[in-house]
Amino acid sequence: MAEQTVIEAVRQTMFAEMRRDSSVIVLGEDVGSRGGVFLATDGLIDEFGENRVIDTPLAESSICGVAIGAAVNGLRPIAEIQFADFIWPAINQLVGEASKVRYGTNGVKTAPMTVRVPYGGGVRGGLYHSQSIEVLFAHTPGLSVVAPATPYDAKGLLASAIRTDDPVIVLEHKRTYRLVKGEVPAEDYTIPIGKAEIKRHGTDLTIFTYGLMLHYSLQATEMAAAIGIDVEVLDLRTLRPLDEESIAESASRTGKALIVQEDTPAVSISSEVAAIIGERCFFDLDGPITRLGPPEIPPMPFSPIQEAEFMPSPEKILTAIKKLAEI
Amino acid sequence: MAFNIELPHVGESVTEAVIGKWLKSPGDQVEKYDPLVEVITDKVNMDVPSPESGILTKIFAVEGETVLMGAVIAEMDTGKVEADSSSNQTAPAAQLSAETPPPNRIGTLVQGANVGPTGGEFTDTSLSAETPSNTSSASGSSTPSTTRQKGFSPVVTRLAAQHGVDLATLVGTGLGGRVTKKDVLAAVDQGSNSASPTTVSLDGDEIIEPSAIRRMIADHMVKSMSEIPHAWSAVEVDVTGMVEWRTQNKAKFQSEHGIHLTYLPIALAVVASALKANPRLNSRWSDGKIIIKKSVNIGVAVAAEEGLVVPVVHDANEANVVGLAQQLDAIVSRARSGNMTISDAQGGTFTLNNTGSLGSVWGGAIINHPQAAILTTEAIVKRPVVISNNGEDVVAVRSMMNICLSFDHRIVDGAEASEFLQAVKNGLEAVNLESELA
Repeated sequence: MAEQTVIEAVRQTMFAEMRRDSSVIVLGEDVGSRGGVFLATDGLIDEFGENRVIDTPLAESSICGVAIGAAVNGLRPIAEIQFADFIWPAINQLVGEASKVRYGTNGVKTAPMTVRVPYGGGVRGGLYHSQSIEVLFAHTPGLSVVAPATPYDAKGLLASAIRTDDPVIVLEHKRTYRLVKGEVPAEDYTIPIGKAEIKRHGTDLTIFTYGLMLHYSLQATEMAAAIGIDVEVLDLRTLRPLDEESIAESASRTGKALIVQEDTPAVSISSEVAAIIGERCFFDLDGPITRLGPPEIPPMPFSPIQEAEFMPSPEKILTAIKKLAEI
Repeated sequence: MAFNIELPHVGESVTEAVIGKWLKSPGDQVEKYDPLVEVITDKVNMDVPSPESGILTKIFAVEGETVLMGAVIAEMDTGKVEADSSSNQTAPAAQLSAETPPPNRIGTLVQGANVGPTGGEFTDTSLSAETPSNTSSASGSSTPSTTRQKGFSPVVTRLAAQHGVDLATLVGTGLGGRVTKKDVLAAVDQGSNSASPTTVSLDGDEIIEPSAIRRMIADHMVKSMSEIPHAWSAVEVDVTGMVEWRTQNKAKFQSEHGIHLTYLPIALAVVASALKANPRLNSRWSDGKIIIKKSVNIGVAVAAEEGLVVPVVHDANEANVVGLAQQLDAIVSRARSGNMTISDAQGGTFTLNNTGSLGSVWGGAIINHPQAAILTTEAIVKRPVVISNNGEDVVAVRSMMNICLSFDHRIVDGAEASEFLQAVKNGLEAVNLESELA
C-alpha cells in the first residue's frame, strides 16, 4: 500500500472526488496554476480547468460567500482558506450564514460545502501563521468541524466532508502536512463525521487529543510505556459533533482523563471534553480531569525558544501523564 | 454484526444481579442457549443463556459487579451482515472506529520535514527541547491539593460500596497513600479468590465480609422493612386431626408417591384456598395502587446452604395435596442444591414460612417485598386445652400450632387479616382421619 504524507492524501482525495463528481469545484487564493500555497491543489487546474479550479481575490469573506452561493445552487465547492489565521473576515459567511442555510430555508436548501483550513503552529509561523481557530466554529450548531491528523484520516474525512450535504470545516494541521507519513489505501473510503478513534489502547489513563498533539501524545505514551504507564490515546478526529460515547467509554474504563490540545485551554475543545466526562463518568473517575495546553497568551510567539515554551511537547505531555498516573 | 447481550429480566421484583463466573471468554464460539455467565440475584443463582449464536467479542460486566437487569453485559459477533443504512458511505468506513489502526496507518514522523511556505529552515525546537518544569503549561486547576489527596475518588467510593470493601482496611498505592481504583479492584480480587469470606481482625473483633447472597438478603430485608408498614396478627390452631391424618397416611404416601409426607403441602393447599377467598392478601402495593394478583403463587422459604431462598409453587390453588407435595419436593431440593430455575424464583404473590420446623412457636416475619403478606406456621406442640365435648367444657391434650401473619397495613386492615387467618385456621382444623386429601 502506498505511503503518503497528509498533504499528498489531501491532494489525491480532491483529485478523486472531482473525478467522481463533476459538481465538486475548488476555489481559493492561488489554488490554480500556483497549486495552492502548500501545493494541496497542485495539478488540479491542469486536469479540471479554470471553471472548476478557481483563483480568487485575497478576500476570505468572498471565498466563503461564493462557496455558499455555489452550494445552495447545486455545486459542491471546496473552499481553501490559505491560512486559518485569515479566516476571520469570513466569520459572517460561515457562522452567520452557512450554518443556518438548512434551518433558515426550512430544509429546502442545504449548503454542501467544504472549507479546508490549514491551521496550527509549531512551524515558526508567529502571530499570523500559527493560530488554532477551531473553537468558534465548533461552538456553532449547523457546522461540522473535523480535524484529521493522519494521512488515512485526512482522506476519509475530507471525502466525507465533500459528500455531506451541510457545511464542514476541515482543519488540516499544517505541521502534519509533511511531517506525518502513513499508509493510504488507493480505493474509495470515507470516515464518518462524529466518530473518534482509539489510536492506542491503554489501561492507566486516557489522553483525549486531536491534530498535531495526537502525534506528540503518541510519542509521549511510548516514553510512558518505558516506565510502566499504559496510556490510551483517543483521537477525537471530529470536534463538532464530539463523539460523546467514545469519550465517555474510554474515560469510564481508565478512570483518568488527560486532555491535550495546542489551543489555549480556556473555553475550548478541552473544556467541552472535560464537561462531557464530568457529566457522564463521575462515578468512574479516579483522578481529576486534567488539561494540558499552552499558556493563556494572545499569540503563538515567533521566537523559537518562546514557541517551544508555548507548545505542548511530548516531554510536557509525559510529565502530565506521570503526574496523573501517580495520583 | 455486533450484537449486544443484555442481562435478562427474571422477575418483577428483581432489579439487579451480581455477575458471577463467566463460562465463556472473548473469542469463544458460542451457540444459542449455551450458558454464558453465572449471575446471582436476591432470589436465584442462574446461568444466563446466550441469546444468539456467534463469537463472544467483549465482556463489559466483570465478576462481582452489580448490574441492572436489561443492561448490556457483553457483545458478540453474530456473523450476520448488518443492513447498510448509510448508502452514502462506502463499506470500509463502518468498521474504522472499532480497533486501533495499525501504526503505519497512523503514520510515522518524517525527519527534517519542510513545513511550508513560511517555515524555511528551522530547528524543530518542540521536539528537542529539554523537559521543562511543567509549572506553566499544565492548567492550574488540575493540580490536586494535598488535602484532597486524602479523600476517596468517586470510582473508589462506588466500587467499595458495591463490593463491600472497607476502605479503611486498604493500603493505598497512590500519591500520599491515596487508595486508587486499582487498589480497590485488587482487594475485590483477593476477596473473591479466597474460599471463605474475608475476615479482618481489628481490636480482637472479627469482621466478616458478607457473601454476595448475604448482602442481597440484607438489602432485600431493609427494602421491605423500610417501605412496607408491617402489622402482625396470630391465631392458634388445633391441628390434632391433621397430625392424626398424617400419621395414618405417611407410610402409604411414601410407598405410592415416593415422597416423605409433611404438613407443608396441606398447609399450602389450605392457604391457597384462603387466598382465593381473601384476594387482598394476594396483592401488592405498587405506585400508589393496589394490584390484586390473579394467580396464587406461593413462595416457600427454604434455608439453603448460602442463605434464605424462596422457591415458588405456581398456581398453588389448582393442585391437590399430592400435586403440591410433588412440586414442593422438587423445588425444595433444587433450592437446597443451588439449582433453582428462573421460573422457580419468580412470580411469587405470597410467602409461607414453616418456622415451626426450627422449633419456633411465635414469629413476626418480614414480608417478602413486594408481596402483601407472609404467614408462618409454628411448631406443633401438645398442650392441655379446654375443648367442648357434647356441650361440656373439658380439658384435653391437643396438638396446637400458632400461625402468625405479617401484613402490609397499606393494603390490609386487621379485620381482613383476621378473616384470612380464620379461613386458614378453619381449613387446617377441618382436616381429620376422614379427609380425602390425597
